[in-house]
Amino acid sequence: MSDASHVRYIDKTREYYQGEGYDRPYRWAHFDHIPFTPLARPLAECRVGLITTSEMAIRGADRPVPEDDPLRDPYWLPSDTPVDRLYSLKAAYDRYATTLDDVDAYLPLTRLREAVAEGRIAALAPRFAIAFSQYSQRKTLGLDAPKILESLREDRVDVAVLTAV
Amino acid sequence: MSLVARHLEEHGIPTVVFGCARDIVEHAGVPRFVFCDFPLGSPCGKPFDAVMQRAIVGMGLDLLPRATGPGTTVTAPYAWDEDTWKAKCFTKERPFLDEAATTRWLERKQAYRDVKQTGSA
Repeated sequence: MSDASHVRYIDKTREYYQGEGYDRPYRWAHFDHIPFTPLARPLAECRVGLITTSEMAIRGADRPVPEDDPLRDPYWLPSDTPVDRLYSLKAAYDRYATTLDDVDAYLPLTRLREAVAEGRIAALAPRFAIAFSQYSQRKTLGLDAPKILESLREDRVDVAVLTAV
Repeated sequence: MSLVARHLEEHGIPTVVFGCARDIVEHAGVPRFVFCDFPLGSPCGKPFDAVMQRAIVGMGLDLLPRATGPGTTVTAPYAWDEDTWKAKCFTKERPFLDEAATTRWLERKQAYRDVKQTGSA
């Protein structure tokens, strides 16, 4: 039931922004080919990298990226930051229906630490990446994604978990 | 997020994406996707429901070795408490960004175009 009734965001955003007076609808990324890489080793031996669009920040520290920064390049925070010191700066989420007050509902640091403790995965990378939801797909693909790939390679990550907020 | 997942996968790192916008993620096309039919902002389960989050994150971890080919979507078997959010999101009554956030977004978009013009992005 829930499967059949999921929200059509592509249609909804088109209608919404048309109503706001924007005449050119946003062209959501679309590719015919989907890449695929099988795991090279058992999951229990894999080091996991975490990437999110949830614009995390640490309480009491400076804002990681200035609010008016047009580039909004990716940035990284330590994975061992206590979850109660983290919060999200993201403005674009359904703030009427849900909340970003529980970090683990969109950045599952505690859940992944549990998976390490259970031996389900080998380890969590020492830092997690924050990628902004960019308007420009060229920016995401050509500039942001390669930087994140480079960081995962430096951290010898075997598999990546990505959360879209 | 889908574009980053695709890039990593193209370069040899297996990925799993957790998200709530099924049509957008599947339109882009990602290798492994855990769809959570919840409001945008809760892709790993209900806030403060650790048991549900554990189950959903576990589905994604299982999917990493289990998926045999690209474009594999699994759906988290949970429903939000009330269903009215689906009809109301992205409406005048519940705009996605408030006015201040919309203004900042438009300013940043223009500033990015300006930076691009000068060749530094």
